[in-house]
Amino acid sequence: MMLDVRRINACGLNLEGCGVKKIIVEHLKYRYPQSTELALNDISFEAEEGEKIGFIGCNGSGKSTLCQALTGLVPHFYRGAYGGHVTVDGMEVMSSSISEIAVKVGIVFQNPFTQVTGAKETVYDEVAFGLENLGLPRGEIITRADAALKLLRIDRFKDQAPFSLSGGQMQRMAIAGMIAMRPRIIVLDEPTSQLDPQGSDEVYQALDDLSAQGLTVVLTEHKIEKVARYCDKILILQNGRSMAFDTPAQLFSAKNTEAWGVRPPVYTRVCRELLRPPAGVYPVTLAEAGEALANWEVIL
Amino acid sequence: MISVSRLHFSYDGKSEVLSDINIDIDQRSTAIIGQNGAGKTTFIKILKGLLKPGSGKVTILGEDTAKRSAAQWAGVIGMVFQNPNDQIFKKTVLEETLFGPLNIKMMPKAARENAMEALSAVGLADKTDSNPYDLNLSDKKLLCIASVLAMNTRVVIFDEPTIAQDWQGMERIKNIIKALKVQGKLVMTVVHDMDFVAECFERVIVFNEGKVLLDGSTDYVFTQTDILRRACVSPPHIVQLGALAGLRRVCLTEDEFVLAYREKRCEELGVS
Ligand SMILES: Nc1ncnc2c1ncn2[C@@H]1O[C@H](COP(=O)(O)OP(=O)(O)OP(=O)(O)O)[C@@H](O)[C@H]1O
Ligand SMILES: Nc1ncnc2c1ncn2[C@@H]1O[C@H](COP(=O)(O)OP(=O)(O)OP(=O)(O)O)[C@@H](O)[C@H]1O
Ligand SMILES: [Mg+2]
Ligand SMILES: [Mg+2]
Repeated sequence: MMLDVRRINACGLNLEGCGVKKIIVEHLKYRYPQSTELALNDISFEAEEGEKIGFIGCNGSGKSTLCQALTGLVPHFYRGAYGGHVTVDGMEVMSSSISEIAVKVGIVFQNPFTQVTGAKETVYDEVAFGLENLGLPRGEIITRADAALKLLRIDRFKDQAPFSLSGGQMQRMAIAGMIAMRPRIIVLDEPTSQLDPQGSDEVYQALDDLSAQGLTVVLTEHKIEKVARYCDKILILQNGRSMAFDTPAQLFSAKNTEAWGVRPPVYTRVCRELLRPPAGVYPVTLAEAGEALANWEVIL
Repeated sequence: MISVSRLHFSYDGKSEVLSDINIDIDQRSTAIIGQNGAGKTTFIKILKGLLKPGSGKVTILGEDTAKRSAAQWAGVIGMVFQNPNDQIFKKTVLEETLFGPLNIKMMPKAARENAMEALSAVGLADKTDSNPYDLNLSDKKLLCIASVLAMNTRVVIFDEPTIAQDWQGMERIKNIIKALKVQGKLVMTVVHDMDFVAECFERVIVFNEGKVLLDGSTDYVFTQTDILRRACVSPPHIVQLGALAGLRRVCLTEDEFVLAYREKRCEELGVS
């Protein structure tokens, strides 16, 4: 059944009542060169068009490595030992080049500093850089770069030198450069770690809008409240293994995620302590917790 | 302990990044928050002596900073950089951690002891021989923290210490900050993680477009939602939940929340 869907999707067709699979990861194993341990150990999951997937887990659990595996940097750039299959938008990563994949999959790295090319003198040129590489006409480049700079609220700084930006402004620039490319799949490795709280919410809101337009979003995040609020599904990684793949509500209600080094959102934690859930499912967002605290039976 | 008066600063001589900052930093642990580009990093770089004030005066422990060079202040004031790549430059984790203490002329034996103790505190004691550039971002950040701790300075300033940290890393950093307070050090941090601010800091200063918009105790500041909004800040998750649940007092931690909510429900139900 699963294979059939994939074959149909590869032809660009949709199956009635069944989402288009944009990412298919099957039994992915990966070891960095010179390393003795697997950084990814038998990972399988799928993401549909318009879905938002969050990778969470401890430091070193493999989140960034899995992100790189979706862009082809693992294994094509890093090399190392690789097994299993990764398919992005119908394209098998192993048999495609990084530049072929880059047209479909965009990435924002964990440290925005490493994203700056260093070759461009202004923020504007930095954001337009990827668009120039796509060979787009001049007018299109200007339209897209301007829109991305505005979306991330850094249009005021477009003539400034990239390395003179503040940390958060630099992170905004990295996101802007990627969104301007309009890939079908976007991968963001801790995209809001240096953003002010409202900026962080704005970015998540923008990702919501993009996914509503059919983009598939994959991100990593340590702020569990954000993942629980914005992601459709969460993949928990521990030591390179996949421990769970489920909706936030299922995951944090049913499972003892602490054992995997992940604390549930604070909303879930206090409700677990204080309330008896009528249907066995605990709240994971602020709004849900507010409802529950107002209406559920309290444990005194 | 640190006093800042009529401080102005500009990078290009045209647009002011800091304008008329007046702050007295006392013994309370202090968090500086505010929108991206508000001037937070610039401000603490001035305190550290890495940037010279455009005009105005900064005194540390009663002494005008202009009277000594940044190098001379290094033994008094330690700072963890926002971007670890700006701080790290040695070939091994141990050398990196030893650099600061040796640079301020600490005796080699003491320097080594301090370095090892600091590396243990951040959980990097088993990585002394690793190359800092090979570390993950979270470990790089912890290494930068250890390098500053090892100098045993009177004032410790962190710029975004919690970037990339998991739950355990966060707990480590919280414990470090609490320990520094117990040792009587002056602790300041610039940070966007409001949950962390609520748990660890007594005073909050809100920067907005190069000015101080709000300054007060943590529980007070986090009730000023309208002012915070202007600085692109939202209150900590637990404070937002407290407001939604109609709690009468501001709860900064989960434990406080659980207590206050139980009290409220008991009252409503008429149980004691
Ligand atoms: N370039 C590399 N070469 C060798 N090993 C690496 C490399 N990058 C990561 N690793 C190792 O692979 C494992 C997974 O690392 P990864 O960076 O994917 O974790 P992560 O979940 O993203 O962690 P964090 O939360 O700190 O970002 C770790 O053991 C790490 O040390
Ligand atoms: N070297 C520089 N040259 C010119 N402008 C600079 C330089 N460094 C910083 N700026 C500008 O000064 C302003 C304040 O920057 P600063 O790094 O102090 O902000 P911040 O409050 O720390 O922000 P963030 O939360 O993003 O880290 C920003 O608009 C930034 O672009
Ligand atoms: Mg990572
Ligand atoms: Mg900063």
